Amino acid sequence: MSERKCTLSVLVENTPGALARIAGLFSGRGFNIDSLCVAETLDPTLSHLTLVTRGDDQIIEQIIKQLRRLIDVYKVVDVTEEGEYVEREMALIKVRAEKEQREEIYRICEIFRLKIVDVTPRTYVIEVTGNQNKLEAVIELLRPIGIKEIVRTGLIAMKREKKTT
Amino acid sequence: MTGAKMIIEALKREGVEVIFGYPGGAVIDIYDELYKAPEIHHVLVRHEQGAAHAADGYARSTGKVGVALATSGPGATNTVTGIATAYMDSIPIVVLTGQVPTKLIGNDAFQEVDTTGITRPITKHNFLVKKIEDLPRILKAAFYIARTGRPGPVLVDIPKDIQQSKGEFQYPDELDLRSYNPTYEPHIKQIERAYQFIEKAERPILLIGGGVISSGASEVVRELAEKLNLPVTMTLMGLGGFPGDHDQSLGMLGMHGTYYANMAVANCDVLIAVGARFDDRVTGKVDAFAPKAKIIHIDIDPTSIQKNVKVDVPIVGDCKRALERLLEAVKEAGKPKKYWKERFKEWWEQINIWRKRYPLTYKEDPNYIKPQFVIEKLYELTKGEAILCTEVGQNQMWAAQFYKFKYPRTLISSGGLGTMGFGFPAAIGAQMGNPNKLVIDIAGDGSIQMNIQELATAMDQRLPIKIIILNNGYLGMVRQWQELFYERRYSAVKFATIPDFVKIAEAYGAVGLRITKPQEVEETLKKVISMDKLVILDVIIAPEEGVFPMVPAGKATTEMILV
Ligand SMILES: Cc1ncc(C[n+]2csc(CCOP(=O)(O)OP(=O)(O)O)c2C)c(N)n1
Ligand SMILES: [Mg+2]
Repeated sequence: MSERKCTLSVLVENTPGALARIAGLFSGRGFNIDSLCVAETLDPTLSHLTLVTRGDDQIIEQIIKQLRRLIDVYKVVDVTEEGEYVEREMALIKVRAEKEQREEIYRICEIFRLKIVDVTPRTYVIEVTGNQNKLEAVIELLRPIGIKEIVRTGLIAMKREKKTT
Repeated sequence: MTGAKMIIEALKREGVEVIFGYPGGAVIDIYDELYKAPEIHHVLVRHEQGAAHAADGYARSTGKVGVALATSGPGATNTVTGIATAYMDSIPIVVLTGQVPTKLIGNDAFQEVDTTGITRPITKHNFLVKKIEDLPRILKAAFYIARTGRPGPVLVDIPKDIQQSKGEFQYPDELDLRSYNPTYEPHIKQIERAYQFIEKAERPILLIGGGVISSGASEVVRELAEKLNLPVTMTLMGLGGFPGDHDQSLGMLGMHGTYYANMAVANCDVLIAVGARFDDRVTGKVDAFAPKAKIIHIDIDPTSIQKNVKVDVPIVGDCKRALERLLEAVKEAGKPKKYWKERFKEWWEQINIWRKRYPLTYKEDPNYIKPQFVIEKLYELTKGEAILCTEVGQNQMWAAQFYKFKYPRTLISSGGLGTMGFGFPAAIGAQMGNPNKLVIDIAGDGSIQMNIQELATAMDQRLPIKIIILNNGYLGMVRQWQELFYERRYSAVKFATIPDFVKIAEAYGAVGLRITKPQEVEETLKKVISMDKLVILDVIIAPEEGVFPMVPAGKATTEMILV
């Protein structure tokens, strides 16, 4: 069976042990976590988690069932499973920016509509938001210029509403 | 009301009559309240592992939630093996641990360990109580979670200041656990599909596991099996879920299962698995497990289904309800018993050939007591009416093979974790919960030494448990593997010092007996059974006796080594 990437949207009770339980489930059972994003929801008693993982269909089925089995887990949705969805990630990239490089970086930012959020005589910090392809593309372009540091948020995702006509 | 008092009140509300525990600084307030609560019988153990196993044995033998109590730090860590044992076999226990005061948590305070952190992967759920207001709800939830759905151990860690602080005690009648909703009612479409497979089957078999026992489904199993004329095989945890002396019972399957059970599973065309999880000790090499079969799998835990083997009809639900629905479907279809009898006649003929070819057996030897003979005699003399606890190793497998468990909750054995030292403290729990039954621990000379200190506990409580040590002078099961797969290099399986178990019994004020000859077995067993005292019977058995049949690990279950 072939591996696929899978983005899970998980609602959990906002309790102290919940995150540890989920992390422990993945390490204990040998599942992969590519990225994990945790934040509050409109309901303060629930937290939302976007979790990107990989595996064949059987493993992904197990991951979802094992998550649901946790007493603190309220809901698990495989965003990537069917229907359309949007996903976004943000990265802050600190690049070397001296003399002629500044011009080139600026052009890249124009093309991708990126924001420069911090400037020093020798560096820029660039904010990139988009899907993972866009992030990868920008990183590849900036790499030869000299990336000093990258911080990524990890992916978040949401199912699109079904269009009714 | 103080937190400590609330704990006692909650125990009363939950109908707890007995708890197993050991005191210490972080639970001294709870003990102070216990002192004033004679309704709750506290059994003072000699080691917290014993408390957890005793709570477990109590739960397994009665179907009620078992309760253990331990102090923070070393008290809590000592319960870990017991909790993991209960977790692997889905046994409902609640473990209460004391914790250092909330202000000190995280400071490496005296006797502080991260108890909820340590036990997270071996509990169904656990709680650290941070506010006195939460305590009643958490205690209620702990019992509820432990016994519902797929049962399991729940731990509640209670800091000392919470035990001492005061609050209003309102024990909730109902719980709103929006994130915890076990599925009890099976999907009726799946039941119909299951019946269609059965209708087309020519060589069906029913495989039952521990889920049948925990859901109280054994009556329905029997009705279904008899109606459809199905052969029935059991996992270690399922023994007693269908009468072992029944004509349709093929006994246990798997690594040390019967030849005919393994052959029947390997050749069946429809396998109905109920409350079993296809552990590697049951399946052997997975690809060769029931290769020709359509598999119907009933289990309350969706994660058990499609985990190890591919299932054709998954049915998530309570085993008992699902079987009742299936039975209804069978009855609705209207085929009489005679029809099914006729339909599977050829299949039964084949099974009976296997049964005749390699029955469960052993070679007699005038010079040595054979352990299988001891168990056989024990079955005869007790007529299958005893509760048998076991340790782990060969003793456990001989008990499983040769005692025909007739009723659910009469075999108390650590299946999933295989914990040596489980049997005796579990027997204490079982005897506490079943004061009028004969409770026997089938032990090994190695295992019994792992919790032998609990003899004092059993004496305190005047429990007439019978410990029968099948003494081969070896860590026998490991020796057997070394004999078969490591060219008899017997590494670290023989103790240089073996204590005199008779004297040990006597030192604790119990009765100690020893037998060495086959002629002594029947007489002595009779005597032991009739005594209203704690007895250790040290049975010196053939030292290199093996457990057979045996499927080598990782091999197909048809590749059995026979006697
Ligand atoms: C706590 C623990 N440690 C180690 C083992 C590994 N083990 C399994 S069976 C066995 C030998 C048990 O010896 P004994 O109790 O004498 O039983 P026998 O097999 O001889 O009947 C051992 C060491 C275990 N199951 N549990
Ligand atoms: Mg031994």
